[in-house]
Order: sequence, then structure tokens, then C-alpha cells
Amino acid sequence: MPDAGDNLRVTIDGTQIHVPPRTTVAAACVMARATRRSVAGEPRTALCGMGVCFECRATVDGRLDVRTCMLHCRDGMEVHTGG
Amino acid sequence: MADASPMRADVIVVGAGPAGLAAAHAAATDGARVVVVDENPETGGQIWRASHRAPHPRARALLAQLERDGVTTLRGTTVFDAVPPGSLRAVDAGGHSVALEAPAIVLATGATELLLPFPGWTLPGVFGAGGLQAMVKGGLDVAGRRVLLAGSGPLLLAVAAALRRSGARIVALVEQADRRAVRRLAGTLWNRPAKLGQAAALSVRLCGVPRHHATWPVRAHAGGDGWLRAVTLRGADGSETTLDVDLLGVGFGLAPATRLAQLLGCELDGDRVATDDLLRTSVPGVHCAGEAAGIGGVDCALVEGAIAGHSAARRDDLALRARRRLRRERGFAAALADAFALRPELRELPTSDTVVCRCEDVAYGALADHRDAHDAKLATRCGMGPCQGRICGPALRFLRDWAADRVRPPLVPVPMAALRETLATTDSTP
Repeated sequence: MPDAGDNLRVTIDGTQIHVPPRTTVAAACVMARATRRSVAGEPRTALCGMGVCFECRATVDGRLDVRTCMLHCRDGMEVHTGG
Repeated sequence: MADASPMRADVIVVGAGPAGLAAAHAAATDGARVVVVDENPETGGQIWRASHRAPHPRARALLAQLERDGVTTLRGTTVFDAVPPGSLRAVDAGGHSVALEAPAIVLATGATELLLPFPGWTLPGVFGAGGLQAMVKGGLDVAGRRVLLAGSGPLLLAVAAALRRSGARIVALVEQADRRAVRRLAGTLWNRPAKLGQAAALSVRLCGVPRHHATWPVRAHAGGDGWLRAVTLRGADGSETTLDVDLLGVGFGLAPATRLAQLLGCELDGDRVATDDLLRTSVPGVHCAGEAAGIGGVDCALVEGAIAGHSAARRDDLALRARRRLRRERGFAAALADAFALRPELRELPTSDTVVCRCEDVAYGALADHRDAHDAKLATRCGMGPCQGRICGPALRFLRDWAADRVRPPLVPVPMAALRETLATTDSTP
């Protein structure tokens, strides 16, 4: 179980962070300062926050290219931004 | 294949924002079996987006009403294909295909933020203005962070007030429109007590925040860690100032989300879906309400939703009655569009090496010799990435007067398994 109250434990690019329930995976990634790499190798993170731009996409529990702004964190979730 | 048989209804509503929820309620009270489908994990759309702490009270009230109406709501479900008149294919949050069939569809797909490219806009720490608010509602902690809000429109004020309440330090609020135009709009509010009240409340909540008009962001600067560090602003008089910030929320208004309508073959009127008095589109059985049918705001969307819902349920008499309330809301929307019209100098925002298509990293200069969005796409891959031109498309409409390019399925990237399930469904449909 997570140690901080009713917070959830999420692992982003190998770093574990704790977030409150109903935090989106995209928000957790920004708080962990995790970035994706664009086609040309630039660091990117969420832009539109509402499922339009796909800049926040990541591999979540093995599923590729998930729009992380459209998904709530679950305890024990593993996120890889590829950055 | 029992699993692959489509879900049938009298009316399918796509989008669970104010317009969609109002349409579902109207159609259900007329006796129609209604299914609402929305790609977000929560209903309410963007304006009634739930925060990570609590659902939005107005969305919750309408949703409770829909439950009593017997409306089925599919959340986390994204429509990716459509066959007119009434067949939709969607993918749920688990990556599984969902097929929907109905003789009538109401498109309430809302709008996206108009995000204009400028040097540095791709840096981590730069968000859409509404995007930043969505992130904060999604749990992004902004307490003590220095936030700049820039661009255009009343959304900036609402976001600034909300972020301030979440503990952010609003460094400045920067509006590209002239102060005079915005004042003129405020002057038209005298007969709109509710909106006047909202405007006054926002002014109180933004007390002490530096406000600039006729000013816009021209460059975002990165710190040593690659994240946003500062933003340079330019005024209409040519003066420039650079502000140290942690986060930038920047949006230049809203663009109707028309891709599903285009896929169904609906005609556009400029950047919005063309509709008649009963909010019927050019395709029989397909209706459109809310921002997708023209930016008008939440009150407009609620009225339009009711019109489209009644009309989709074949109660044109009730739709026409609901229409009486629309004229006033449309009038306000027109005044708003006029006051916050984008100044031509903003067409100079991107330099030749500014990335315009963020999915494929296509620079503005690479588009110089192309005559339209389709031509540019074929030659440069601009608009060909995962977002399918939903960010660069509206920007290039403003920058280059390029009309929206044609739309092909799937509307969003879809797992192969869901596509296979779709084919199975199609095969089993007589």
C-alpha cells in the first residue's frame, strides 16, 4: 500500500511518485518532470490537457501510445515516456 | 458474434459537455432511447470538467437527471469511424471496439483551443490556457508556481482566477486585443445580469494581477533543464519585455471540433459545421449542437443541445420552441468574437524554423511553397501524425487561410485488435 495517506504510488520512467486519487497520468508526468522525445528528439510534455494533441502519450502498463491526460493514475501503475 | 453486435438506440449523442448532456436530456424526455458517448474519463466536457477533488456541480445535476431519464452513458469511449447515416465505431478505455447504431446522431464534439506556433511554444512547461486548467483539475500542483497566461479571450480570465485559487502566482494576464475593444464588450453586458455578475466576480478574484492588452507572447525561453524559464512579450507599440515564469498557459480562442462531422460528410460553413434552424447538418439524421456548430459558450450550447435533442427525437415543435432562447445567446457570441478578433500581427508569430506540426516536427518555413493543407501534408507530413492536424490545422487556417484538410478514418490512433473487432462487426451487419 502507498505510504502517504490514501495516495497512489506510480512509477514514471523508473522514479516512484505519490499522487492523490483521480490525478491524471499526464499531471503526474509533469510533476515528475518526465518528458517524451519528439520525432526530431526535442523534449515534450502535455500541451492541450484534453486528448487532442497526443503530446502526452506514453506507454502505460505495457499499452503503447496512451493519451495520459485522459487516464487517471492507478496504484502500482508503470509509465514509460520514452524520453 | 454476440459481443460484436452493435448497441442500438434512437439517438446517439457524441460528446458529454453541456450541449451533449442537454441534447440527451431533451431527446430522452421525448421518449427516445439515448446513448451518450464521450472520450473523457468523466462527463461534463471541458467547461464542466471535474477536478481531481470533486465533480462539477452543474454536470453532476444534469447527469443525475440523465440517469432518471434512463440515458446510457459511455465514458472513456472515443469514436474513431463513422458510416452515414447512423453507424459509429468507437474504442473504449481498455482498447476494445464498441459499435453503435441509431437513426439519429447529435454531434456535440465541442471545440479545441486555438494554439498558434511561436518560437519556444514546444518547450515543456508551455500549455494551452484551458489545457493548463485541465492539468490542474487533473491534479497538477501549481502552488507557489509563477504562471503567465497569454493569448486571447475570456477563457484566460477564468483560468487565471482558477489557478490563483489553486495557489499559483499569476505573473501577468496578457490579452492580444485592444483594451478599448474589451471595454466595449463589457458595455454590452448591461442587460445580461448573470454575465455581468460573472465578469465582476472575476475582476475581484484577479485583483492585483498585472493585466496587459494589445500584447502577445513572441518567444519562450528554456532553462538549463530544458523546461520553460521565461517568456518574451511584445506590445503593439513594438516594445518587448521578458518575464521569468515556471508555466505558460497560452490560447488564442477556440476552434470548432469538426472532424467527426467531416467524416460523416457534413458540410462546413467556414470553420464550423453548417446547420439549419433545427440544427440539422447537411447529412440527413445528423445534427450538431454547441461549439462544433459555432463558438458560442456554455449558455448557447445548452440551448442548442435542447434544440438538437428534440429535433433528433423528431419533436420539431419542441425544437422550434427551444430556439426562441437562442437569438440572445448568439448575439452575445458575435459580440465576443468581435471584441477578441485576432490581430494580423499574430500571423508573424512563427519564424521559418518554428515547429508548426508538433507530431512530425515540421517547421513553418517548410510550408512556404505549398498552396493548401493537403498539398503541404503530402510533401512534408504536416498534419499526418497522431493528432491528425487537430493542432496545426486550426493554426494554419489563421496563419495561411488554409481550409481544413479532408478527414479519413480512423479519427484517432486505434489498437489493431479494435480495428479487427470493427471488421468483424461490419461483416456481421446485414
